[in-house]
Amino acid sequence: MTAFIIYKAIMCAAVFLLSLGVAAYATLWERKFAAFLQDRKGPSRAGPGGIFQPLADGVKMFMKEEIIPNVSNRSLFIIGPCLFMVTAVMTSVVIPWAKPMMVGGHMYDLQITDINIGTIYLLGVVSIGVYGIMIGGWASNNKFALLGAVRASSQMISYEIAMGIALIALIISSGGSLSLKDIIEGQDKGFANIVWQPLGFLIFFICALAETNRAPFDLPECETELVGGYHTEYSSMKLGLFLFAEYINMFISSAIMAGFYFGGYNFPFSSELYASLGLQEGDWLISLIGFGAYFTKIVLFICLFMWVRWTLPRFRYDQLMNLGWKTLLPLSLFNLALTVVVEYFRGNIHF
Amino acid sequence: MLGYTITQWLFGILSFLAIMFALMVVFTRNPVNSVLYLVLTFFCIAGHYLLLNAQFLAVVHIVVYAGAIMVLFLFIIMLMNLNADTEPRKHIVTRVIAGVVGGVLLFVVVGALKGAEQLQIVQGGASQIGLVKNLGKVLFSEFLFPFEIASILLLAALVGAIMIGKRDTNINLK
Repeated sequence: MTAFIIYKAIMCAAVFLLSLGVAAYATLWERKFAAFLQDRKGPSRAGPGGIFQPLADGVKMFMKEEIIPNVSNRSLFIIGPCLFMVTAVMTSVVIPWAKPMMVGGHMYDLQITDINIGTIYLLGVVSIGVYGIMIGGWASNNKFALLGAVRASSQMISYEIAMGIALIALIISSGGSLSLKDIIEGQDKGFANIVWQPLGFLIFFICALAETNRAPFDLPECETELVGGYHTEYSSMKLGLFLFAEYINMFISSAIMAGFYFGGYNFPFSSELYASLGLQEGDWLISLIGFGAYFTKIVLFICLFMWVRWTLPRFRYDQLMNLGWKTLLPLSLFNLALTVVVEYFRGNIHF
Repeated sequence: MLGYTITQWLFGILSFLAIMFALMVVFTRNPVNSVLYLVLTFFCIAGHYLLLNAQFLAVVHIVVYAGAIMVLFLFIIMLMNLNADTEPRKHIVTRVIAGVVGGVLLFVVVGALKGAEQLQIVQGGASQIGLVKNLGKVLFSEFLFPFEIASILLLAALVGAIMIGKRDTNINLK
């Protein structure tokens, strides 16, 4: 029992620190990437190549003056960003990071918990994520913040639906299990799910952009046209939490996409590679190589997110709603029907 | 721990929280706080489902009620800007009548629950019916007809909602 609690505590701490660390350096990488695309240098003063920039940003955020508007609902004003951050971190619980590792004669899964409804759990947490934005926007007691909150949360609600239907299609074609571990393990032998679900991946990727409030769906961020958004009244670290949670969301959704559609910690000829190195099942090197492969995919996806941000212009609000309801939703239903037909002929569905 | 298992402790804590949040829904003056307490109550009920080994029901409960329906509630209340300040003061007669009616309803509920302790409570902890696989098999074989009827009901509600939304725009166009 004690060993179990220690193992779970270590896993929780490791995943939490990983999410925070990756999110912190994603902010730096975003600025470097933007600088590369715009032929600039980017942050270069704090440490060699700007390596300490996230630390400097964090200190700046903490040191700024904390303003809580007099007319705001004080407790809800504070709860809003906390809730947004909590829901951002909660999604990482069900992601398996590498193959199980043997320590002292026991196999340990490198995953905080493997619940058999992992996929629906993800959808549940994503649907709760709206509350942070709505509570924050309303509690500010500012018309523009309230309008921003309504805009952002209706965007998130609209794109959740197409995302859920794309996931149903994925679950059908990956063998019917809702557990993330089963979905990723199923791609060990044979092809990654992207081969059977190219359209589903496209829909999921667009929805992930919208859910994380990233460009081209970053309406909350356009201060020039729309007076910011739900975080207009926020300052100091509370604003920091809102902005930082976006990067955590980006990391987690990259991890989910890499796991669902690109095999997670599996890669082509992985079992041949492990055999040629003479590694047994449960060897820590297998876990390490698998995690390295997974992490590479995640980083590539984060780069894709940034590439999209610095390439595409922002959607107008009506275009965003039309895309969500009139294009992505029918397309995901079509994808679902197509998947059922294809899987019937592949022999995965029995009547 | 004090002669109770962890499950019993969890049940006690969840029940206490659920009842407390449910009371707070009624007693807070601010409608937005009311809605948020209702969301917390739903979370406690989802916890009860988990204790009954009904994981699918628990998560769907959160997705549908906390994640969708309550968000719409919150939308409406936020946009109407209902506050503790704008809430109208009720007349004293209204309050007395409300108190009497509520008391009578409580009396009826208590009367209906009299003798409930004689009912056999089925131990649900070891049941596997709440898992997705078993639930799906039952839903799509034994209860297929009610399931499809429910889907038609939802479809009708969907079409009705769209019709109500559409009529408005037609009037504006004319």
